[in-house]
Amino acid sequence: MEKPPSIRVTNLCRQFGRVHAVQSVNFTVHQGEVVGFLGPNGAGKSTVMRILSGIMPATSGSAWVGGVSVARDPHMVKRKIGYMPENNPLPDDMRVVEYLRFRARLKEVPGRKIRETVQEAMEICDLARTARRKIIGTLSKGFRQRVGIADALLGKPEVIIMDEPTIGLDPHQIQGIRKLIDNLRGKLTVVLSSHILPEIERSCDRVIVINRGRIVAAGTSQELRDEFLPGNRFLIEVAGAAEMVGLTLNQSGIDAAIIDEVAAPNGRKKLTLRVESEGTDGASLLRVLGQSKDFSLMSLAHSEPTLEEIFLAATKRSWEETIDEKPDGDLPELDEPEEAVESPPPTRP
Amino acid sequence: MLLISPSTYVAGVLFLCLMGFLYWAILRSTVNAPSDILPSVQFFSIFWIPVFFVVPLLTMRSIADERSTGTLDTLMTTPVSRGAVVLSKFAGAYIFYIFLWGLTLAFPLITQRNYPHAAESGALLDTASITGSFLFLAISGVLFVSIGILASSFTRSQLVAGMLCFTTLFVVIVGGQQLGSLAESGGQLVGWLNAVVNYLQIFEHLDDFSRGIIDTRPFFYYLSTGALLLGISTLVIEAKA
Repeated sequence: MEKPPSIRVTNLCRQFGRVHAVQSVNFTVHQGEVVGFLGPNGAGKSTVMRILSGIMPATSGSAWVGGVSVARDPHMVKRKIGYMPENNPLPDDMRVVEYLRFRARLKEVPGRKIRETVQEAMEICDLARTARRKIIGTLSKGFRQRVGIADALLGKPEVIIMDEPTIGLDPHQIQGIRKLIDNLRGKLTVVLSSHILPEIERSCDRVIVINRGRIVAAGTSQELRDEFLPGNRFLIEVAGAAEMVGLTLNQSGIDAAIIDEVAAPNGRKKLTLRVESEGTDGASLLRVLGQSKDFSLMSLAHSEPTLEEIFLAATKRSWEETIDEKPDGDLPELDEPEEAVESPPPTRP
Repeated sequence: MLLISPSTYVAGVLFLCLMGFLYWAILRSTVNAPSDILPSVQFFSIFWIPVFFVVPLLTMRSIADERSTGTLDTLMTTPVSRGAVVLSKFAGAYIFYIFLWGLTLAFPLITQRNYPHAAESGALLDTASITGSFLFLAISGVLFVSIGILASSFTRSQLVAGMLCFTTLFVVIVGGQQLGSLAESGGQLVGWLNAVVNYLQIFEHLDDFSRGIIDTRPFFYYLSTGALLLGISTLVIEAKA
């Protein structure tokens, strides 16, 4: 018999008074996947995670964790989930090992296995040697996050849900947490939320972009690039009449547009080109641009759109769609990206 | 969390210092002006003084602090029911409350040890009154601590929870007494209303218990009201998730 997906969510909705925090959210997470929830502050990421963890009931829709309905059997779901909430609240007065043993007891780890389970979680999170007996209140932010992750790992849950695990950490600490997540890949299903885009891109197999309570995009980074920002991108540096670049390319039958232009030293310009023509690679551009007498091509490099650009494109599109649906503006106010109101809509594929 | 919280120990020390002082004052007044009322009965009749500050100090942190720091969320992600969370918070505070009262037994024992001649009359350690008073403290404690837990479940501010608890305790303890006084001064009330007012007389309950009269009605009053308040606390936690 085929194993059920680790998480399945269908038509999930949650209302707070008149505000729709989550609206008709659908997604599936398979076993061993690392999935990132991406969205601006107030988008509904934490609400979805809290519903999945059984802290908060959904207004409508259903969610299953490991084949068990969250609404029907929240206790069983809680046995399958390790949850680290946003800001990782911990009791400051307890020692790390005391806290983890207390949590292991709450998570119904059998008495004779508590020491072993706690030791294992501390070793995975690199706490066993450095912070075992330390009082939690004296720990650095990075170590506190490790304690939170160790807590989520206790009891060997099927699914780990981490809400903003890298928030407020310095780059070294972020790298440590990233390594930790990499170690869990394939062993456990990991769902993590963040609004730090490079973080999600590096750590996750798949990304779910959520905005204004709706899923606006889902897939691997490459799938999202293909959907929201199709075409090849090239970064070129030219000296001379940069304005002739677009014309030269179009005259050669290459469908290209300059999407960004930045001044460089010595009167040069750095241009970002989006090339729509299929089969146009760097060599074709080099051939065409290298022959021009109006400007000199100084450098050419292929450029991948960042997740940040994809995210902006996806959230702007969702903003447009929501405005179309609800012209009277019965919407939560926190989610609204300011730039989405002022700037024109992005180029749709 | 109760045992690692400084407010627990502050409450304990304040309680023992205050009760020690009051016990000394009662003994002193008994020596100066001999009375028919036993020192232990006089001592337990002022139970309301420590209740007003010890119960809020023990309970104000229980749920309010968990909510304000966010640890209530992590607690709710474990396979523990909300009812179990409320009951364990109640049990912790209640056991510590009874433990503190239990420590006051040391006062007559210390007096007996240092002044054996004073104990010869048997006035210091009168078993019947001490047992009855302790029974009263144990069952009334269920209601008082439940009030504190409910107050703590309403808010995320410890201070607000403490004030809410103090005010409710004041209304329950002193309000019942005042109602009784009003009923007496205003003549006879309607039969059933009179019964209700008498039912809420906490000091009357203590009088009965300290004289060795064990009535089941106070048991029902304290235990059922306590259970009701704990049930409401569970619903409040559920609703505020």
